[in-house]
Parts: sequence; C-alpha cells; structure tokens
Amino acid sequence: MDQMINVALPKGRLGEKVYAMFEKAGFECPSIKENNRKLIFENPEAGVRYFWVKPSDVAIYVERGAADIGVAGKDILLEYQPEIYEILDLDIGKCRMAVAAKKDFCDDVRKTLKVATKFSRITKNYYASLGRDIDVIHLNGSIEIAPILGLSDVIVDIVETGTTLKENDLEVIETIVPISARLIANKASTKFKADLIARITQSLAQQTEAARQ
Amino acid sequence: MDIRDIALKNEEKAIFALRELYGQYGYTQYKMGKFEEYDLYVQNKDFLVSDSVITFTDTDGKLLALKPDVTLSIVKNSKNLKEGVQKVFYDENVYRVSKGTHSFREIRQVGLECIGKVDCYCLYEVLMLAAGSLRAISEKCILDISHLGIVADVLDALGVSSKARRELLSFLGEKSVHEMKRVCREENASTEAAECLYTLAELYGKADFVLEKLSAINGTLISPKHLNELKLLCQMLISNGYGDMINVDFSVTGDMNYYNGIVFRGFVDSIPSGILSGGQYDGLMEKMKKRSSAIGFAVYLDMLENLKDNQKRYDVDTLLVYDDTVDFQTINGTVNSLRAQGKSVYASSSIPEKLSYRNLMKLQQKGGMSLGSND
Repeated sequence: MDQMINVALPKGRLGEKVYAMFEKAGFECPSIKENNRKLIFENPEAGVRYFWVKPSDVAIYVERGAADIGVAGKDILLEYQPEIYEILDLDIGKCRMAVAAKKDFCDDVRKTLKVATKFSRITKNYYASLGRDIDVIHLNGSIEIAPILGLSDVIVDIVETGTTLKENDLEVIETIVPISARLIANKASTKFKADLIARITQSLAQQTEAARQ
Repeated sequence: MDIRDIALKNEEKAIFALRELYGQYGYTQYKMGKFEEYDLYVQNKDFLVSDSVITFTDTDGKLLALKPDVTLSIVKNSKNLKEGVQKVFYDENVYRVSKGTHSFREIRQVGLECIGKVDCYCLYEVLMLAAGSLRAISEKCILDISHLGIVADVLDALGVSSKARRELLSFLGEKSVHEMKRVCREENASTEAAECLYTLAELYGKADFVLEKLSAINGTLISPKHLNELKLLCQMLISNGYGDMINVDFSVTGDMNYYNGIVFRGFVDSIPSGILSGGQYDGLMEKMKKRSSAIGFAVYLDMLENLKDNQKRYDVDTLLVYDDTVDFQTINGTVNSLRAQGKSVYASSSIPEKLSYRNLMKLQQKGGMSLGSND
C-alpha cells in the first residue's frame, strides 16, 4: 500500500461502532480489538492507522493534519468551528443540544438569563439569534447541578435519553440543534489522498444509507 | 551540502524564489509601513481573516492599527486606471489572532495584486504565478480553482432567503452535502438547482474531468460566460505545463460581498492547511469606490516550518576540533579550505554538547584527520 490513511477515532462506544464501519469498508486492523492500553494501531497491508483520542480532540487532530480523517460529534464542530471538511453525517451517536431548566422554571424576560454550559459558542449564537441578553457561565462538567444550586437559570447541554435531567429534576424546554456523528477530513489530506478518502466516504455513506432503510 | 541549505530556512528560501518569480513578470515591490488607520479595517471587517486588530493611539490622537492585512492598504492607495493594470508584489508581516491559541501572531506574507483593467490574460498570469509559487515551495502541490460566478448562478436559482444563502455557501466550503440538503428542504429550494448545488460540492478533481461533468448540467442554471471563463483559464494552465497540479474545487469560496469570479487556494503536501489563498475581489474595489477590477493572492509563509525536509539536517557539515599544538593560521587555512569546498565548518577546541554535524575532523600539528561521518 503506497499511502497510509490516519484515522482519529473517538474513545468509547461511538468509536467502536465507527471502527466496525471502517472494518466493513475494508480498512480492518485486528490489533485494535486486543484488550490493552495502546492508543495507536496500524495495519500496513490495509494502509490504515487508527488513534483513539478524546472525542472533543478529534477535530483538532484532523484540523492540524495529525489525522487525515476522523469522526466527531456535530456539537464539537459547532463549538470549535475547526477548518475541516465535514463530509458525511454517519447518523449514529444521535442526540440533541438543548436548553433545560428546573421543572418550575419561569423565564423572566426582563432579566439577563444566566446560562451554564460547556458549549459557550453554541449558547451565545443561539441566544443572539433570539436577541436575548444572557450571562454565560462556562463549566466543564456536572452542568445539571447549576440550576439546582442557583448558579444559573438554565443550562445548555447535550441530551440523549433525558435520564440525567429527570434524575436531577430538570426538563428540556427547547431543542437548539440535533446532533450526530460526522465524518470529517483534513483539507490538505483531501487533496493528496483524494482517492483513498473518497473510497472510505463512499463505503461509509452506503452503510449509513443501508442502516437508515 | 549547498551552504544556502544550511543558512536559509524554508521560509527564507521561498521568499527569494517568489520575489524572483514575481519580478520576472514585471511585478514591482510595494513596500509599506507597519501601521494603518484603524478606520480602514472597521469599514471592511468582513474582508479580514480575523476580527481582532492590535490598535494604539498615535501621538496626534489618531487610532492606528498594526496591519492585519496587506490587500486593503494596497487597494486604498491604488490608482483608478482607465487602461492597463498596476502589478505589485509585497513581502510584509501581518498581525492576526491565531485560531488555535486565540492570541496574536506575527505572520510573514508574500503576495501580489494586479489592479486595473483586469483581462483574461491578467487572470491567467495571476493563476499561473500562484501555481508557480506553490511549485517553488514544493514539487508536491495542488492549486484548487473555483468560480464564484458559477456558485452565485446556482445559489440564485435556488430561490432561498439570504440567511439560507449564507449558510449554504458556508456548507459548500465544508463539502457538507447533508447539511445543504437540510437547508434546501427547510427552504423549499428549487429541486433542480439544489441537485446542481450538491453536484458542485461533490465534484472534485482534475479540471478536464470536473468541467466535462459540469457541462452536462442543465445549461440554463449556469451562465455560459462563467463556465467558459473557467474552462479557458484551466485549458491555458494545462497547456502551459500546470495540468498535474490544477484541480477544480467549488468548496473554495469567499465572502461574495468582496469576492467574485475566480477564487483559488493552494496546498503543498505535509502542510495541513492551505498556504496560498487568492481571488478576484471586484466587490472590495467597488466598496472602496475604486473604478477598476482586481485579483491577487497571498502565500502564508509561517506554515513552511512544517514542510518536511528530504535530507537529514545538520547544524554544520564539518566539526573541526583542534588542540593546543595547532596554530591559528593552520586552523584558519583549514576552515577556508573546507568552505571553498562548499562545506560549513564549526571550529572549536572541544566538541560542543548540542551541535549536530555530518563529519568530525580533528586537527593536530601533523595534519587534519577525518574521524568519521554521521551519514
């Protein structure tokens, strides 16, 4: 194989699902299934190298060219707006970016709304589109407790099943945008490894289409 | 090893090569000051790559900025030519916020502008110089060309809101057909025009291949004038030996308030993002009340640090170690003789700790002796 394709996979269940799709596309790498702490796996015969990286870092690896392609959630792409090509919606890892609040929350539009979130840019853009004045409180985790402790009025976060919200006595009051996993590609790699990336994209697109039907 | 290979960094080698290239086609250097009135950037904020500008107040109270962009200053000072064009190139530092670190960086930019009555030859010449600039940097390079006139034809035919139009242009830049489909569905866009837009996003490759596919699309959607202009320019580049590096890619876009017609972006292997960016910017000329057309491009030289070197790099070719028995004239003579052979020499009485060298030579009273090579 002349060229190697470097693939950044998000650690976790989503990454395993994505690897299965790549394997089906002919880019298998059996060593990745070994139970160890290695993060880089390579199969020179298939011309592929996989890295397990933190899901929020996939876009950085791809933007900076350490990976030619990768799979990242739409939430990360909207938040960090990396300079990449977003070439395919894989239709997996589906959830939504939503505004949630305590069940008895009543929005007082005369006041600045305090919003706790990990996704500051998405939050600012959403409320700017509504013309609403907000105070963004950037948190890195356990967002759900912010309204309970009075730190914020509402939160903006990813909601998958809604169980965590329910257990913390919160509910979704608005959906901002649906989220799913996207196949992304480095701009320069798409020029110099065009055929390889096109082959992978085509196969993943076929698999995604077949799963939809 | 050529002494220039040791002394010059990739960035510096590129500067020499590009200045020489532009000079050969009659482009003269446009030297400018580091500061510009801040007002110029406020009026043309969307033209800038990043919004943030370093500002300060001059002694007379004027608000000045460290230049974040060169083109705006050149256009501001350009003449309204009735005939012919003004051809200038520049080699300047600009000050912009780096996307990754969110802090200001000084970036060396070399580029050129062709302003005036820009005809088809001028468009070709600028594209050819863009292709030549990439080749001067690396043999493995690609110049992606698009025509915003074609993109505008298709967007016009969609019949969507201006907000959706902006979104679609941004999704075209990301090759996100799935997002385009969503917006077109939400906006009830014309099916025929939408299909054409998806084709533009998906088409990529050698100019002949893409243009043939494009010709098969319904002729009423795309203006023959735009298609023929793109075809002619690609054919001229191919017949002049640039066919292997010219691709057509409609994901190369730009703000349509400023850019129109031909736009292009250059890539070289091993650098993860585009290192050359340019296009026709008649919209900017009009905004700045200039009665002429213009096209130009910039090469971002800060990226060249990432360029892979084929050779193993050493600090010097020869490390010359002498002892107390050798007089300095002998040392000087040996250094000069090695230099005359085109080698770089580091003369020292001991082996420096962090110096990488190709050959080690020990100089004693009885004569020089090579003690081995790192190759």
